[in-house]
Parts: sequence; structure tokens; C-alpha cells
Amino acid sequence: MNMSVNIAGVEWKNPVTVASGTFGSGAEFDEFVDLNKLGAVTTKGVANVPWTGNPTPRVAETYGGMMNAIGLQNPGIDLFCKRDIPFLKKYDTKIIVNVCGHAPEEYFAVVERLANEPIDMMEINISCPNVNAGFLAFGQDPKQVEKLTAEIKKLAKQPVIMKLTPNVTDITEIAKAAEAGGADAVSLINTLTGMKIDVNRRTFAVANKTAGVSGPAIHPIAVRMVYQVANAVNIPIIGMGGIASAEDAIEMILAGASAVAVGTANFHNPAVTMEIVDGIESYMKKFGFNSVSEMVGLVK
Amino acid sequence: MADRKKETAVVVSQEQIATGIFSMWLRTEAATTAKPGQFISMYTNDGTKLLPRPISICEIDKANGQLRVVYRVTGENTGTEQFSKLKAGDTVPVIGPLGNGFPLEKAEGKKAFLMGGGIGVPPILELAKQLDCEKQIVVGYRDEHTFLRDQFEENGAVYISTEDGSVGTKGNVMNAIAENHLTADIIYACGPTPMLRAIKNYAEENGIECYISLEERMACGIGACLACVCKTKEKDHHTNVNNKRICKEGPVFLSTEVEI
Ligand SMILES: Cc1cc2nc3c(=O)[nH]c(=O)nc-3n(C[C@H](O)[C@H](O)[C@H](O)COP(=O)(O)OP(=O)(O)OC[C@H]3O[C@@H](n4cnc5c(N)ncnc54)[C@H](O)[C@@H]3O)c2cc1C
Ligand SMILES: Cc1cc2nc3c(=O)[nH]c(=O)nc-3n(C[C@H](O)[C@H](O)[C@H](O)COP(=O)(O)O)c2cc1C
Ligand code: FES
Repeated sequence: MNMSVNIAGVEWKNPVTVASGTFGSGAEFDEFVDLNKLGAVTTKGVANVPWTGNPTPRVAETYGGMMNAIGLQNPGIDLFCKRDIPFLKKYDTKIIVNVCGHAPEEYFAVVERLANEPIDMMEINISCPNVNAGFLAFGQDPKQVEKLTAEIKKLAKQPVIMKLTPNVTDITEIAKAAEAGGADAVSLINTLTGMKIDVNRRTFAVANKTAGVSGPAIHPIAVRMVYQVANAVNIPIIGMGGIASAEDAIEMILAGASAVAVGTANFHNPAVTMEIVDGIESYMKKFGFNSVSEMVGLVK
Repeated sequence: MADRKKETAVVVSQEQIATGIFSMWLRTEAATTAKPGQFISMYTNDGTKLLPRPISICEIDKANGQLRVVYRVTGENTGTEQFSKLKAGDTVPVIGPLGNGFPLEKAEGKKAFLMGGGIGVPPILELAKQLDCEKQIVVGYRDEHTFLRDQFEENGAVYISTEDGSVGTKGNVMNAIAENHLTADIIYACGPTPMLRAIKNYAEENGIECYISLEERMACGIGACLACVCKTKEKDHHTNVNNKRICKEGPVFLSTEVEI
């Protein structure tokens, strides 16, 4: 039996990574997780310069999930390359760097800077508001997505994963635009925009007013979107959204994901990724699957 | 490397010690390394509530591998309400100890204020037990439910304030200091932000070294998600911006380091 998967030419030892922003750069989880056991580590979004992020409170708990508006606080690409990449290089896992920006030039600066770094893939977070487009997220406009993907592909030396936002009318349109722009893979879903009001204080629970909902509560939506995108494009999909157990991960794979990412569940149990890796292995043994690819998109 | 985990702590005992305030002893591995001012992440056994509740360590019993937490039930259908229903022998998932704790060594040979307000009172108890210096424990409550008072009295000179004036000085901990003409050359404090702000200002005006324990909403509790930041004067070496993680670099900060 073989747990490994090939995502856009990169061989992961198993189909499990972590969702960007829920695992720091890996260092914070090192005490709880054997990073060598993960197929890949996906790092917190990084921009060309440090970002301070949003005011607090930045998070709130919701029924079966949470919401966040961290505001993409990050130390900037220079410190990231100096500190976080060398840390991850000590482990036998693939490195996926998540990239954010407010304008195309900001993404390009990070992508160019990463070109000569020893990372395996990059994931482009296009849920960020675009300052040049009235703060509509890049990922909400198929034309922007195709153009941005094509321009990033020209600069990138590593395979490019475009990370899709679910806050759109038809996610398959956006996925097709990413594919048309030359994306090597897509990942989905990012958080769903929500709002929570604290009725006792009569104020917004999160200072930013709106915040991204994640966790088990969004899992069925994520599975549906992965299924739709799997039927719309021919590039591999990294599925995420509310995965908290091996069953959730397998569901995502059966819907069409070639690999999965675990996010919010890391906050509930920091060792959950290792349990998911073991659980997928047991499932494959139990049902006689010899490779993960046999399961991908099996449910039509 | 991968040597820490979320563990299943066992409730040794639980009692209500004031209206809505509960005291719980837990048998947990966290007791072996815990220090005053650190906290534990407590999780509910209810799958719809995913995030940890950060609760300060109130007392440490290393010999028996136990920790005490004292917490307020914040409302109906909350995680803390669920904790309050646990009985001896029940289990509660925890991660800890977390955070930095109070720097005890700074008090050597000094006269200290140990200040706690509201639900910031509990961590002051273990601090009072371990601190080796002249201790003036100044604690503020809402009303006559002055929980932990007896134990404070075993560990230093105690001054009390209550919002309704039923015990000690009417008002807050700052009023208690003024009324009793107290002075100190080091301060340790935990409590609501307005109280900490007043203490920070007082300390800075009087040039007193002051350590405050801050609160913020958390998601991971281990430094990964950047939910729990506070503003700092200087650029932090880890975040590379002017903020620090309360769960990791804190919850205790030198008052002049942070903006609250
Ligand atoms: C470092 C630290 C130490 C603390 N020590 C104590 C203590 O010793 N005793 C005590 O009674 N309280 C303490 N608190 C506050 C305590 O964490 C909250 O009262 C508790 O999390 C509320 O949870 P709930 O289940 O009652 O509320 P819910 O409304 O069910 O909570 C929903 C979510 O919001 C979070 N939350 C709500 N209020 C707060 C708050 N004030 N601070 C941080 N998160 C909050 C919860 O953790 C949870 O994730 C501490 C907070 C921090 C940051
Ligand atoms: C606290 C937090 C921070 C996040 N930060 C990022 C980020 O920096 N970049 C990004 O592309 N997605 C970010 N996300 C989205 C997650 O990577 C993921 O797409 C989403 O949370 C859904 O997965 P989950 O339900 O398993 O958490 C963040 C999510 C959370 C909860
Ligand atoms: S709670 Fe996640 S960084 Fe502090």
C-alpha cells in the first residue's frame, strides 16, 4: 500500500498538509506534531513587507466552528526566508509557502523572492482584497484570476497552487480561470465571510466586523465545492474546509481532492494531523486501496 | 519534538466558592512544570465548542501532580458553565502549562504589590505563595464574596477593595493603595484592562517596575494563529511588527513594553 501522492510533479509522502494560517510556520506545532509525518507543511500567508494585521478581538467561536479576521499579520518575506524556511528544511516534508498581497506587484515581489529558495510549491491566497479593484478580492473575478495566475506563472520557479475563495457565485468559473492562467493546482476552500454580534455587549464579536468562518460547520460546503471543481478542471485539487478527522479527509478525497489540508481542527487538537494520516492509512487497509489516487473522485 | 500533547486531566474536586465562581483541582501532567502566572487551555467535551478556554493557574501542588483553577461562569450555554458541572472523577482535556508566568526573581529584596481584580485574582495566589519578599496583596472584588481571602492572609499583608464597599476600601485596588498609604518598588498585577491601565500609569508615573498579565481571545493558545496579540512599543523579534502574542510571549509583560 502506498500513501504517497503526486501533486503537480511534487511527491508528498502522504496526502495530508495543514491549512495556511492555522499552523504558523510549523515551529509552533513542532512540540505537538512530528513534522516528518506530514505530506507537506503549508505556512502562514507571507507578503513582501511585514503586515501588522487587524485590531483585536480577531477571533470568535461559532457553533461547530470559529471565525477569524487576523488580517494576514506576517513578518514579511525577508525574515520568513531567513528564519522559517531553514527551520522547515530540517524536516522530511514538503514546504508550501502561502503568499498574500494587496496588489499584483506585491504578489510578484514575493514570488520572485521565493524563486531561488528551497521550497517545493507556493500557494497564492487570492482572497485578499485588491486595492486596485475597490477592495474586491482578486479571487472573486475570473478575469483577474486568470491574469494574475498567468503573470505569477511567468515568475515562479515552483509549481503554483491558486487558493480559491468560496465567496463567489460559481466557484467552477474561478477554478477554470486559474487553470486557463496556467495554475498547476488549486486549493479550496478559504473561509466563508461571516459576522457575529455579541448581544450582551451589543457590538461585533470580531473587531473587523466581518470575519472568515472555518471549522467543521463549513465542511459540507467545502465537500460540495471540491466535487464541483473536480468536475470542472483537470488540475489537482487540495481540499480543505472543516476537516477534523480521517473520515472528513477521505470524504474530501472521494469528492475529488488529490490531497487535503487541515486547519481549524489544529486548534482543537494540535496532534490531529497525525491522527488523520494514521486514519487514512487504516481506511485504505480496511477497504483494500493500494494507492490514494485510486480513491480520488471515486464518488461521481 | 512532538513531546507535548493535549492530555486528559481528571477532576479531583470542585466547589463553588462564590456566586458564579468555581474552584477546581485537576490531576494533570501540567502540574510538574507549572509556574505562577502561566495558564492552561481547557477544552469542553462538547464537539460544537472547539476553542480552548484559557484559565490561569491558581495553585500548584507538584507533589500530588495537581493544579487548581478558579474561574467565573460567564453565562448560560458557555464552556465555563459546562466546566462548572464536572464532578470528581470526570475528565477535561487540557494543554499546559502555557505562557511565560510572573518573573519571581525580580522581586528579590524588594517590597511588592501583588494586585488582582475580579477574575484576575486567582493567579495572584500561587504568586503570593512562591514570591519571597515583602508582600502586600491588594485584591479587588465586586462585593462581599472575597474568594481566596483566607489563603491570601497566610501569605502576606492583605488589602481588599470592593466595588460596593461591603468589605475593605470602596472602589478598586488603586483606591485601596491610596487609602492605606501603601508603597512598593515592584508590582505584579492581573485583572480587567481598565484596572491594568490604571496600574500601568501609576507605575510609570512613580518609576516602579511593573508586570501585568493580559487577556485576549485565543484560538490556538500556542503561538501559531496570531489571534491573541497586544500592541508593543518596540518591534517584536518574532512577529517583526509592533505586537506580541499574549499566549506565547505573555500573558505577563513588563508594563512599559506594551500599550493597552
Ligand atoms: C491568559 C488568560 C487567563 C485567564 N484566566 C482566567 C481565570 O483564571 N479565571 C477565569 O474565570 N477566567 C480567566 N480568563 C478568562 C477566560 O478565558 C474566559 O472567561 C473564558 O474563556 C470564557 O469562556 P466561556 O466558555 O465562559 O464563554 P464562551 O462565550 O462560551 O466563550 C466563547 C469563546 O470566547 C472566548 N472568550 C470569552 N471570553 C473571554 C475572555 N474574557 N478572555 C479570553 N477569551 C474569552 C472563549 O475562550 C471561547 O473561545 C483568562 C483569560 C486569559 C486570556
Ligand atoms: C486563524 C486562521 C488564519 C488563516 N490564515 C490564512 C492565511 O494566512 N492564508 C490563507 O490562504 N488562508 C488562511 N486561513 C484559511 C485556512 O487556510 C483554510 O482555508 C480555512 O480555514 C478552511 O479550513 P478549516 O475549516 O480546516 O480551517 C486561515 C484560517 C484561520 C482559521
Ligand atoms: S492564541 Fe494563537 S497565537 Fe495566541
